[in-house]
Amino acid sequence: MGKLYKFLKYFFITFWAVFVVAPFLWALTTSFKDFNSVNGGATYIPWVDFEPKLEGWRVLIKSPAKGGVDIIEPYFNSLFVTCTASLISIVLGTLSAYALSRFTFKAGFVKNNDITFFFISQRIMPPIVLSIPFFLFLGAINLLDSLIGLIVVYIVLLMPIAVWIMVDFFNKVPREIDETALIDGCNPYQAFFKVVLPNSIPGLIVAGMFCIIFGWIDFFFAFILTFTEVQLLPVKIVALNSSITPWWSLSASALVSVAPLIIVAFIVERYLSKGNLSGAIK
Amino acid sequence: MNLIAENLSYKLDEQFHLNEVSFNFKKGNIYTILGRTLSGKTTLLKTIAGLLTPDTGEMKFEDRDFLKVPVWERNIAMVYQQFINYPHLNVFENVAFPLKQRKIDNKKINVEVSKSLKSVGLEGYENRKIQELSGGQQQRVSLARSLVKNAKILLLDEPLVNLDYKLREQLREEFKNIFSQGLSKESIVVFSTTDPKEAMELNGEVIVLDEGKVLQVGLAKEIFENPKTLKVAEISNDPPMNILKANIGENKIKFEGIEIVLPEHLSIIKDKNFNLGIRASDIQLSDTGYDFEVELAEISGSETLLHLKRGNAKIITSIEEVMNFNIHDKVKINFNTKKVYAFNESGTLASSPFGGSYV
Repeated sequence: MGKLYKFLKYFFITFWAVFVVAPFLWALTTSFKDFNSVNGGATYIPWVDFEPKLEGWRVLIKSPAKGGVDIIEPYFNSLFVTCTASLISIVLGTLSAYALSRFTFKAGFVKNNDITFFFISQRIMPPIVLSIPFFLFLGAINLLDSLIGLIVVYIVLLMPIAVWIMVDFFNKVPREIDETALIDGCNPYQAFFKVVLPNSIPGLIVAGMFCIIFGWIDFFFAFILTFTEVQLLPVKIVALNSSITPWWSLSASALVSVAPLIIVAFIVERYLSKGNLSGAIK
Repeated sequence: MNLIAENLSYKLDEQFHLNEVSFNFKKGNIYTILGRTLSGKTTLLKTIAGLLTPDTGEMKFEDRDFLKVPVWERNIAMVYQQFINYPHLNVFENVAFPLKQRKIDNKKINVEVSKSLKSVGLEGYENRKIQELSGGQQQRVSLARSLVKNAKILLLDEPLVNLDYKLREQLREEFKNIFSQGLSKESIVVFSTTDPKEAMELNGEVIVLDEGKVLQVGLAKEIFENPKTLKVAEISNDPPMNILKANIGENKIKFEGIEIVLPEHLSIIKDKNFNLGIRASDIQLSDTGYDFEVELAEISGSETLLHLKRGNAKIITSIEEVMNFNIHDKVKINFNTKKVYAFNESGTLASSPFGGSYV
């Protein structure tokens, strides 16, 4: 049984890996092809099946006037909006999460868990519910079609993720560690920054990565809340038309847009499995 | 210059965790808080530390209203029953943490930390990660961190309870040494435990706590010899003192068909009905004794604990050797009548073999 089980296990793992990787491989090879290689039938192995060319990648950085698509500006817009919103969300979210984890709040029937749920409920709602309010709200404060407006909206979307992950994380950090820090002469702020935070780095990284992922992949709000001045990468890529932009450039743009997520996935994977708290409490 | 508390009460969810607790701790002494689990020991220590604010009551230390001093300015040290250390720091940094917090210069910190690590037997472990240490070593690190501060009040909350048997014995010995030489005459040590043996060995003043109430305060010997009430007798003995409903007639103690000649120290009892208290160690197996039935036999270390039954009377006895018994075996036991206690029906000590009485 053991051998068969092992065989089946690895068979399915391999099958699934191929299944997941194949589209990326396809996009990767296509991005290095030219017109003849793309239309010349199924070819996958560079230098054997076809001669790799950089033409598809060059189109991405050329300006539209020269027949390119110029995704550099949208790319950096996306990076800037995602990173700024993620950073602010992590800072605010971590502080709120610590407060929710350690102090008792009570306002009528509203208690800590209700507040935590309020944060998370922002993500339970379908995003379309928020689209009109956001549109009117940003319009009222003149932030439609601007990077700052997008950052504000993304903070609303990302902070719940940070709060959710960090509340859970802080609840696992024993309270006695904070108490010991207080006893050892730290005031509550020092206890948080010198003791609790250094022990929460894995949680911070995971929360940060999730914020970046959800910020980066958002198309809906980036599409609704911007028009001409500002364009984010997902909107730009969707706007590319295969009858104008060649397939090899589309493939290249798809690859550059998932690249940050692949990097993030590797980092998250390392930290998700690794707890740093063993030894704090037995 | 003492730590004085008056009528400290702390209630959570309508339940008293501390109920009118008062004490007067003098510098240079060890105080042991003895009580069962959930008796309020940790609550009391946290109140002294300032981590909890009592609902009512006052606490004074060095002529200051101690309740108004925030935790981080109280200059106390505390060791928890869980091994609490800073997991992101190594052993040296852990012990140095409170000193760094005081902005002491590095040379002095090095000297103090090495001294402290040496006193708990951890020299050479400076660069180890906390996670690499065994439970006993982790607890030594937190002890070293508490000692390095030279705190005026050192609180130890069941520091030995999570350690295995052998380590517990070993650390308990070391505690006595550390307390006798390491601490200055300026410190108050408060040690909480559920284990009467620990309380007796530390040989300081014992505060018996139950359901948040102080039941008795006195030297360890005094508590052992003359427990004020049935509750104290139960808490301060391990296994708990056996309590049997008995009555007196014709110069005899009678219970469950057993008649024992009244020992001299019990002749002062006036009530006919009373509670007879017998320590497990004052009961022996004897061929000429009374019949009891074995309910359970536990072997613990080199002792055997026998749970016995006769009619409604249930007793526990400890035998100083390892013996095997089956359930429902019949055994014969005898009581050392010179060592029995009498508590009257309300539960206060009526007569003890050491001459105490609280009637």
